[in-house]
Amino acid sequence: MHAFKYHKAGSLADAAAAWSRGDDAKLLAGGQSLIAALKLRLSAPSDLIDLGGIQELAGIRLEAGGITIGAMTRHAEVARSAEVQAKIPALASLAGGIGDRMVRNMGTLGGSLAHNDPVADYPAAVLGLNATVNTDRRKIAADDFFKGMFETALDAGEIIVSVSFPVPRRAAYIKFRNPASRYAIVGVMAAETAGGVRVAVTGAASSVFRVAAMERALAANWSPDALAGIIVPADKLNADMHASAEYRAHLITVMARRAVQAAN
Amino acid sequence: MKISMKVNGKPVSAEVEARTLLVAFIRDSLRLTGTHVGCDTGQCGACTVHLDGRAVKSCNILALQAEGADIRTIEGLASPDGTLHPMQEAFREHHGLQCGFCTPGMVMSAVDLVNNHPNPSEETIRAELDGNLCRCTGYHNIVKAVKAAAAKM
Repeated sequence: MHAFKYHKAGSLADAAAAWSRGDDAKLLAGGQSLIAALKLRLSAPSDLIDLGGIQELAGIRLEAGGITIGAMTRHAEVARSAEVQAKIPALASLAGGIGDRMVRNMGTLGGSLAHNDPVADYPAAVLGLNATVNTDRRKIAADDFFKGMFETALDAGEIIVSVSFPVPRRAAYIKFRNPASRYAIVGVMAAETAGGVRVAVTGAASSVFRVAAMERALAANWSPDALAGIIVPADKLNADMHASAEYRAHLITVMARRAVQAAN
Repeated sequence: MKISMKVNGKPVSAEVEARTLLVAFIRDSLRLTGTHVGCDTGQCGACTVHLDGRAVKSCNILALQAEGADIRTIEGLASPDGTLHPMQEAFREHHGLQCGFCTPGMVMSAVDLVNNHPNPSEETIRAELDGNLCRCTGYHNIVKAVKAAAAKM
C-alpha cells in the first residue's frame, strides 16, 4: 500500500482535529474493509486516524427503551452481548453472521455503516429496525442515512459515535450468503417495529432499500404467505458473476418469507 | 514510528512504517515465520494470530493497531518445556494437515473457536472455521482434530 501518516486519536476532538489537518485523511475503525482496500491500492489516504482508543465510542447500553451500541463495538461483541441477545436477537444473530470469526473480532458497527458496502449486513439492520445513527455533530434517521453505493449522509470528517436501536416487537434477518466471501447476495431484515412493519434488503442493489409492497402486505397479515407473488423488479438490482438480477429478485422474496417465518 | 507490544509473553519494540502490516512485523521484524501469508486479500486465514486473546487476521491489521497489545503466534502455543498445546497434539494425532501451509492459522483459529465454544458440535466447528481455507485436506481431519482437542481443553 502507499505510505500515509498514522495518528492514534485519544478523543473525538483529537480525531476531528487530526482529520482537518490532513490533506485526504480517513478514519480507521476495525480496518477490515479499509486495510484490505489500501493493500489493493483502491484507496490512498494521506493520513489514517485510528479510532480504536476513544472511550466514547465503546460499549453497549440499554437506553430509552432501546439499545445504544458504540461505533467501535466489534461484531463479535454485539453477537455475544447478553443485552442484545435478550432484546434484539435478530441483531445479535446478524452480527454473528458477518464475515468470519477473525473479521468479527476486529470489524466494527460504525466502520461498516460509514463504508456502506452494498453487500454488508448492518445496513439492513439499521434500516430494518429504524435505528438512529448518532454522530459527533447530529442524529441521522435510518431512512436518511444510506445514499448509494459506498455513500452515506455523513459529511466529510463526520464521525459516527453510536447507533441507537429501538426494540422491535419481532424481527429476523435471513441472508443468502456467497459461499466464498460470506457477503450477502441477498439479505433481508423483516421487522415489526413500534412504528410499523419494515422490510430492508441488502446485497441486491447499490445500497440497502425497503420494500413498500412487502411492508403493506405484512402489516395486514404477518405471515410468509402474505408475500407470495410480491417480486421486486429486477431492473434496479445488481447483476454479477455470483447472481443475475432476476435471481436476486427471486431470492429477495424467498429470504423475506424465511425472515417473516423466523421472526415468529 | 515506534511500536511496542508483547509477543508470546515477551515485550518487543521496534521502528515500523505506518503502513507495516502486523503480519510483516511478526514475520520480517521478529522473524517469527510460523504465521503465513496465504492470499493477501484477507480471506484465507493462514495469517491468524491472537490479539488480546482474540483470533484476528494479521495481514489485515496495521502493526500500529496492535500497539500495547498481547500477541500470541503459533510459536507461542506450546509450553516453554516444548509440550504441545492440546490443539497441536490433536492435529498431529488426527492428521489434520498435509502441506501444513494453512495449519498455523487453522490451529490458532481453532484454539479461539474452542475458547468461545468449549464443547463444539461438528456443525459449529465447520461453521466457525469458515475463515480458514485449506486446499489439501478437505477439512475432515481438521474437524476431527478440533473435536478431539476440545475434549481435552
